[in-house]
Amino acid sequence: MTDTDKTIADLAARVEKLLAEHPPAATDRLEFLRARFDAGLAWVHFPEGLGGLGLPRELQAHVDRLLARAGAPDNDPRRNGIGLGMAAPTILAYGTEEQKKRFLRPLWTGEEIWCQLFSEPGAGSDLAALATRAERDGDHWIVNGQKVWTSGAHKARWAILVARTDPGAPKHRGMTYFLCDMTDPGVEVRPLRQITGEAEFNEVFLTDVKIPDSLRLGEEGEGWRVATATLMNERVAIGGGDPRREGGMIGVVAGTWRERPELRTPELHARLMRLWVEAEVARMTGRRLRQKLAAGQPGPEGSAAKLTFARLAQQLSGLELELLGAEGLRYDDWTMKRPEVVEFTGKDAGYRYLRAKGNSIEGGTSEILRNIVAERVLGLPPEPRTDKDVPWKDLPR
Amino acid sequence: MSDELDLLYTDVEESVRDSVRSLLAKRSTPEQVVRVYDGDRSGLAELWQALAAELGLAALLVPEEHGGAGASAREAAVVLEELGRYVAPVPFLTSAVVATTALLEAGATDRLGELAAGERTAALAVPFSTAPGRAVPAVSVDGGVLQGSVHAVAGALEADLLLVPVRTDGGLELHEVSGGDARVTPVTSLDMTRQVADIDLTGVASRRIAGADAAERAVGRALETGAALMASEQYGVAQWCLDTTVEYLKIRRQFGRIVGGFQALKHRLADLYVTVESARAAARYAAAAVAAGHPDRSVAASAAQAYCADAAVLAAEEAIQLHGGVGMTWEHPAHLYLKRAKADQIALGTPGAHHALLAALVDLPAA
Repeated sequence: MTDTDKTIADLAARVEKLLAEHPPAATDRLEFLRARFDAGLAWVHFPEGLGGLGLPRELQAHVDRLLARAGAPDNDPRRNGIGLGMAAPTILAYGTEEQKKRFLRPLWTGEEIWCQLFSEPGAGSDLAALATRAERDGDHWIVNGQKVWTSGAHKARWAILVARTDPGAPKHRGMTYFLCDMTDPGVEVRPLRQITGEAEFNEVFLTDVKIPDSLRLGEEGEGWRVATATLMNERVAIGGGDPRREGGMIGVVAGTWRERPELRTPELHARLMRLWVEAEVARMTGRRLRQKLAAGQPGPEGSAAKLTFARLAQQLSGLELELLGAEGLRYDDWTMKRPEVVEFTGKDAGYRYLRAKGNSIEGGTSEILRNIVAERVLGLPPEPRTDKDVPWKDLPR
Repeated sequence: MSDELDLLYTDVEESVRDSVRSLLAKRSTPEQVVRVYDGDRSGLAELWQALAAELGLAALLVPEEHGGAGASAREAAVVLEELGRYVAPVPFLTSAVVATTALLEAGATDRLGELAAGERTAALAVPFSTAPGRAVPAVSVDGGVLQGSVHAVAGALEADLLLVPVRTDGGLELHEVSGGDARVTPVTSLDMTRQVADIDLTGVASRRIAGADAAERAVGRALETGAALMASEQYGVAQWCLDTTVEYLKIRRQFGRIVGGFQALKHRLADLYVTVESARAAARYAAAAVAAGHPDRSVAASAAQAYCADAAVLAAEEAIQLHGGVGMTWEHPAHLYLKRAKADQIALGTPGAHHALLAALVDLPAA
């Protein structure tokens, strides 16, 4: 028996124990999720006591399968994508012990939803240009500014926030990272209606919001370094893909193709097969990336996965509308709504086509990601900069 | 680790890579390889001898009981990555992978020892463009001698042994012919580093090595394994093209700047990097699936071949374009890679042929 086999056997025993002590059929959903976290089976690669067992990330899929088979509830990761994909790994990497203990458990169980207060009207792709100020006031910080494109802010209990704390420093060096209580006075969330008709994103106005210094994540002035860790995790989370064959958009189109023979044409078939192969290869690329990262933190390679994901989602959702022909001329509903979960493949074909346009913008535009790959992976010369070593306050805006 | 195939490289695979690469770096440089285009094939047998005998590459896929190394498709795939990186003019794919697999699957194991030792090489006598499951034998048998000819066979020039699929009333048979008995005519080939040849077998005596079912399986598996593993060669070609182009764009100056700093070029190279990394994952999965005898092996082979064939061609075309004028010259090795990539795109089934195979395998019918 190899060490890995032993670990898998040990994990299976832990799952058995959890199921025996908390039979899913007879246990409250939240109670079960809390017990699962406490048993270290939430994310096995996290440390013991923080929902994990310090094991390779790869083994999580094994645990998930066993629990799914037993009919155990899952934590509905779509409801808290930013919390799970971005806030959690950043808190784990940079948080104090108190912060980790306080935040990770309710984050994982979905009791507390998270959002990300990063982008601003004047700082999207150039995130380090952000202007939201945080000024120290004793053991607190007073925050003023405006954020935008904040997915899920209307249902979030907490936010990860980057703000400028030293306008006299060059832009990358004068920022600090905070955890922000969305129920604090001075936090105002306004829906931002998008191309789909829905308001999945928001504008967030911060007026004299008081954040205790104990909710600072990382050192003062280290905000860019911490944010970079979040962004790399974000790209892996967005581009990481589905471990199943035909997971995601390709599955939607392939399903329609199988069920609706009358829609088939040779030209569409050629495009479908090409995209099927690309989706399958993207799945293997994601799998290889996961295997590579099993022990380490995401590097710039996550940007490559996200580039592929965005391109495929857009090409496939466009193909789907053409495949549907006359049906593709309809749209489900233009009524303004504020959705509970972020849907990439749910709803109807028209929604999918329009929503996919965001995939190459959110979490880093494809243009910025190509620069990252070119500079940090391939080592090509950086873009010429006019803002280097200039104090942020002296930059033209 | 759970039931997921490992797509990374093991230490053993990395050490196989190191030894292949260091030998090729000495004995298969672009200056040496380009000579085959001017008809100078001297030294090719010695190069293969060194790889086959010194490094044992010919024996990789041959089980130990037949005098081989008993390694798996994963190691063979790593060898092909390096052979692609050097566009090495050796019959590893045609003899040590395709023909060896055919012999193994046909249960005709008596020749494997000499193949494993690198003393002789073999070739499967089908057009190199044949996709798995699509072999249509042009040769028949009559009174113990063969009738017919086969065009564009890879590895035939150097082959001591030809494995010939033969059409009979009872179905496909696999016959063996001594290379010296067939009339083999070299063809001026797009890829002279893997020159194809026409074979006339009319009147040649043969030995039947497999009957209908076994022959069908042997030819199918040989082509499928070849397609699966050639993806690694295509990845190797693509990786060389990417690496070489990136290095060039870091030193080449125009308009007072390093050319690689222009965003239009950076973005093209970033996209190419994404494609090449994806090709590597596809090729690794195909190799791992073949090595494990995984039920997904046919899907993996066709997906990898469909993707990697285009990836290699794209990488070679981009390398030539981004090198500018120098990329079009005979002196710069980029053309060797384009010729190999384009020939590989046609070999063992075009991407379109593999899309058709996949459509059947994953239930996405054309109409």
